[in-house]
Amino acid sequence: MESRTSVIEKRLKNIKRIIAVASGKGGVGKSLVASMLALHLVKKGRRVGLLDLDLYGPSSHIILGVIDEFPTEERGIIPPTVHGIDFMSIVYFTEDKPSPFRGIDISNIIIELLAITQWGSLDYLIIDMPPGIGDETLDVIRYITNSEFFVVTTPSKVAMGAVSKLLKILKELKKPVLGVVENMTMKKSSYIQKEVTHLGMKYLGSITFDEDLEDAIGSADQLTKTECMKDLNQILKQLRL
Amino acid sequence: MHEWALAESIITAAVQAGEKENLKTITEITVHLGELQQIERDIFSFALKEIAKLQSPRLKNVKFHLKTEKSTLSCKTCGHTWKYSDMKKKLDGKEAESIHFIPEIVFVHARCPQCGSPDFEITKGRGVALTSLKGKR
Repeated sequence: MESRTSVIEKRLKNIKRIIAVASGKGGVGKSLVASMLALHLVKKGRRVGLLDLDLYGPSSHIILGVIDEFPTEERGIIPPTVHGIDFMSIVYFTEDKPSPFRGIDISNIIIELLAITQWGSLDYLIIDMPPGIGDETLDVIRYITNSEFFVVTTPSKVAMGAVSKLLKILKELKKPVLGVVENMTMKKSSYIQKEVTHLGMKYLGSITFDEDLEDAIGSADQLTKTECMKDLNQILKQLRL
Repeated sequence: MHEWALAESIITAAVQAGEKENLKTITEITVHLGELQQIERDIFSFALKEIAKLQSPRLKNVKFHLKTEKSTLSCKTCGHTWKYSDMKKKLDGKEAESIHFIPEIVFVHARCPQCGSPDFEITKGRGVALTSLKGKR
């Protein structure tokens, strides 16, 4: 009998809102948006957790410059606080080695992490989701029943093709979607906005491609000063975040 | 001591199962401890008893049976099977600790001892599992 799932609700009960930053497509900037969203909320004085569920290619720790941290054990595991964010990632255990997991392993890891992580009281838990609508997305929908989705795409038709599948499944499952952000825009186009609106979802706005962003990767302080962050702040205002 | 979190999951699941089966009291709970997770048996046993006292009057006189389940790892490439105890010496302290937290981390730090493949599976002895409970209606 699977016992671990019985305590997941209890572990999350003192978290006011859980926002999953997701996309149907990889490489659109989910981890960056999730990390910047977490930093933005910390700056506003909120208690924030960030859970990187991209088990094959975790990258939030690189974006935030998390080095030499490890959870502490206290009736479970307590994530270390980095730049004001309670940060949990599989990278503490994998030491950045390749992670050849199959689907059943992915589900087991997610259940284990949710069952043993003691988040305590938080205003927000941000989840950095892997791309697609596979095990991780289905498990978040199944086990974190009050999760809301914040969806990221790029201006690409290819990306939007995959993102529209995610949006359709979220709609079918009646999951709350805060809206869609268009990341890395390089020229004016209404293509994404039209597609998102056509699907009955809210288009939240765009984040302009920032040539200097790479220089800020690994530094939370520099990230908060980027043009990217300014654009995201405008988008978050609409959501009162 | 993340044994506490796992012990809590066993007690919570047992209480939920007891409610579902209309059991007034739960008298026995059997738990398998998969070798891969390297659970500290004494801490886990102590945690089960302490949490049971707090959780529900249904568990007032419950007895726990803890059974260690040896692991079996099976290579999908060459078919070789082996046990965690066979390869534990090759892991450093941090790698073993990481497997203790999340047994699937074995796929990150270990390879098939025969062919070196990372593509193997845990067929037995993964972690903590509630295997049976007895009670009275």
